[in-house]
Amino acid sequence: MISILIRRTLSLAVTLLIVSLLIFTVMDLLPGDPAAIMLGTSASPETLAALQKQLGLDQPLPVRYLAWLAGVFRGDLGQSYTYGVPVAGLIGERLAVTLPLALIAIVLSVAIAIPLGVQAARKHNGAFDFVAGLFSYISIAVPAFWVGLLLIILFSTMLGWMPAGGFPGWDAGLSAGLKALILPAVALALPQAGVLTRVARAAVLEVMNEDFVRTARAKGLSEGIAIWRHAVPNALVPVFTMLGLQFTFLIAGAVLVENVFNLPGLGRLAYQALSQRDIIVMQDVVLFFSALVILMNFLVDLAYLVVDPRLRAGAQ
Amino acid sequence: MGRMTLLSSATILKSAAFGLAVSAGLLLGQTGAEAAAKTAITVGMTVEPAGLDPTIAAPVAIGQVTWQNIFEGLTTIDKAGKIQPQLAESWQISPDGLTYTFKLRQGVKFHNGVAFDSAVAKFSIDRARGADSVNPQKRYFASIDTVETPDASTLVLKLKQPAGSLLYWLGWPSSTIVEPKSAADNKTTPIGTGPFKFVSWSKGSKVDLARNADYWNKAVSLKLDTAAFRFISDPQAQAAALKAGDVDAFPEFGAPELIKSFEGDKRLTTVIGNTELKVVAGMNNTRKPFSDKKVRQALMMAVDRATVVEGAWSGFGTPIGSHYTPNDRGYKDLTGVYPYDAAKAKALLAEAGFPNGFTFTIKAPQMAYAQRTSQVLQAMFAEIGVTMNIETTEFPAKWVADVLKAADYDMTIVAHAEPMDIDIYSRDPYYFNYKNPAFNDVLKKVEMTSDAAGQEKLYGEAQTILSNDVPALFLFVMPKLGVWDGKVKGLWENEPIPSNVLTDVHWEE
Repeated sequence: MISILIRRTLSLAVTLLIVSLLIFTVMDLLPGDPAAIMLGTSASPETLAALQKQLGLDQPLPVRYLAWLAGVFRGDLGQSYTYGVPVAGLIGERLAVTLPLALIAIVLSVAIAIPLGVQAARKHNGAFDFVAGLFSYISIAVPAFWVGLLLIILFSTMLGWMPAGGFPGWDAGLSAGLKALILPAVALALPQAGVLTRVARAAVLEVMNEDFVRTARAKGLSEGIAIWRHAVPNALVPVFTMLGLQFTFLIAGAVLVENVFNLPGLGRLAYQALSQRDIIVMQDVVLFFSALVILMNFLVDLAYLVVDPRLRAGAQ
Repeated sequence: MGRMTLLSSATILKSAAFGLAVSAGLLLGQTGAEAAAKTAITVGMTVEPAGLDPTIAAPVAIGQVTWQNIFEGLTTIDKAGKIQPQLAESWQISPDGLTYTFKLRQGVKFHNGVAFDSAVAKFSIDRARGADSVNPQKRYFASIDTVETPDASTLVLKLKQPAGSLLYWLGWPSSTIVEPKSAADNKTTPIGTGPFKFVSWSKGSKVDLARNADYWNKAVSLKLDTAAFRFISDPQAQAAALKAGDVDAFPEFGAPELIKSFEGDKRLTTVIGNTELKVVAGMNNTRKPFSDKKVRQALMMAVDRATVVEGAWSGFGTPIGSHYTPNDRGYKDLTGVYPYDAAKAKALLAEAGFPNGFTFTIKAPQMAYAQRTSQVLQAMFAEIGVTMNIETTEFPAKWVADVLKAADYDMTIVAHAEPMDIDIYSRDPYYFNYKNPAFNDVLKKVEMTSDAAGQEKLYGEAQTILSNDVPALFLFVMPKLGVWDGKVKGLWENEPIPSNVLTDVHWEE
């Protein structure tokens, strides 16, 4: 178990280092000079050179990369070109929106998908299964931002129950913050829930006829307990895998949803930074996203070990 | 590219959904939050500014938040586009046009308590024109030789050569007066002399301002205690925020196709004005076949500007015949120089040696106006046998690199935002690659005179030259699509300079 952890952590670090190098070179290849964008359409070449020097863009690529990497290790992510404030602080502020948003979305999608999927598996080929299937197909097909728009139209412009977008900040109180996040979280959660429902249904169906479930039933356990205590935990492995994979889609979806709901989250920061070529913010945010995804996969691997004793045994 | 298609089809879907919802909303009727004489306003903007110092970066959104609200200049530009005194009470220009003597206003204090005087003014101007300056309009200060401060309330600018537009330029956001100690931090915590103080900036969300109780100009009576600028980029989200009452005003609403949806809303009022944004399809004047004036003229005649405005911007906008807007002093309506005439255009094209037309590519930014205008132009050019391919070019990053800096393009399309920027056609290098000594002479003469009437006449000549030469297809001036609560008064209807001046804004019952 320990050796697995060490091996995984090491490979995690190496992956991150490679990713950081990739990010830096790719960003550098992007057409567009941040200094030229800041100065607009009428700046003279001398002014441009002055700003490039001020931003450190006149340095060669390896020098800039090493300086950036050294900064990252020190916890100094640099200064945003456009905002003029430390990037670490910016990411922190944005995380306070994106993280709760993603978390609520995950919880919501699991809360919808697991009961729906399990129930669909139990009643497979019945009416419930059909309705659940319809739900998941539609929610997978409909993009999150579209759901978001419909929610805004219904709950904000027509009913006036919810803010049409924006984020009041957590200073405005927990309920005000949650109120601003609930619609976007639902928009994000629905497509996720659709996918997870399918996966959960298939996984439960598969284990339902396994020996141990049959044994559980034979021991006289009720169908419900047999399913929830014995089948579902074993079916969770593919569900976790899917959840881990979906995490990247969640982040990508958050970019669009944050735009629709005008939420000052990490996705919108990335989107803005890209169009402004705020390279340093881009690098930091992409590195952060990558680290998050890599870490997520790592955690999913660990979750396997926790959920499935067979894997733990095999690893020792 | 895949992403682009995804986004544009997403936009279509969103527009369709919104259309449906808006109709539904109209049927159900709207209930807005009714308020007593309020002293707070939330103003919506499409683009969040990049920093809050207009003297070190160009994006217009910076000025739209800070200019006249936080920062002020020696001169200012009023609603009608005219130069007015501000921190300079008055001035005298020597007969040779080389010495400007400003009498500065006394008793003016910055938000941090520091007094404004000639030393502060000198600091601001020297900072803008200095060797390390990153002022986006640094060239406006190039004519200044020395800045002198004979006493605390007098500032003397000695010029190397006459600069007839200097007073106008001093009224720009990039020329605002900043205080030496706080100048370096203006990007995040701006400190000026204006009627509003900066309070806070929630990045990605809003900027909060509060009334400056010690404002020097007692002639204005400020009715607002606080003001917030909220940034909402998505037009559908903008409409939703307006309808839900989250935002009181959108001085520049983002989507003309949604304007009609506000008409049934009794609470909201729509005000259509002019901006300084000139939508022009620039051509690479040194690249064949655009190097032939006849070809450019033929293309201009193939364009029905009214149809362009209709197709690209739902009929909002004013056709133009040169690089000039009706807001600007000395405007001449030149849309009749090459009016729409497909038959004549075809004949002229044949005369230029292209009886069967030709094929070229337009580099069109992703913005809706640029994409839609390109599509309309494509159909119009097809009428005269010219095939135009549309290549979407990401703005600003890729457009700035490929078109503006490298001039690697046949035709492009963009809205030029800077007021009175007809001089871009005399710049060398500039992306049009247009070179006409006669035109440059006229603009030089503008700088030689400081007489307003004389300048206006010269600007008229400059417009006429461009109109005949067609270095770019002059299409239309963007409208200022204002949507705000009917009780909000005092916002500017037109936009002679990109701004959201809050000085006169108040709620009226």
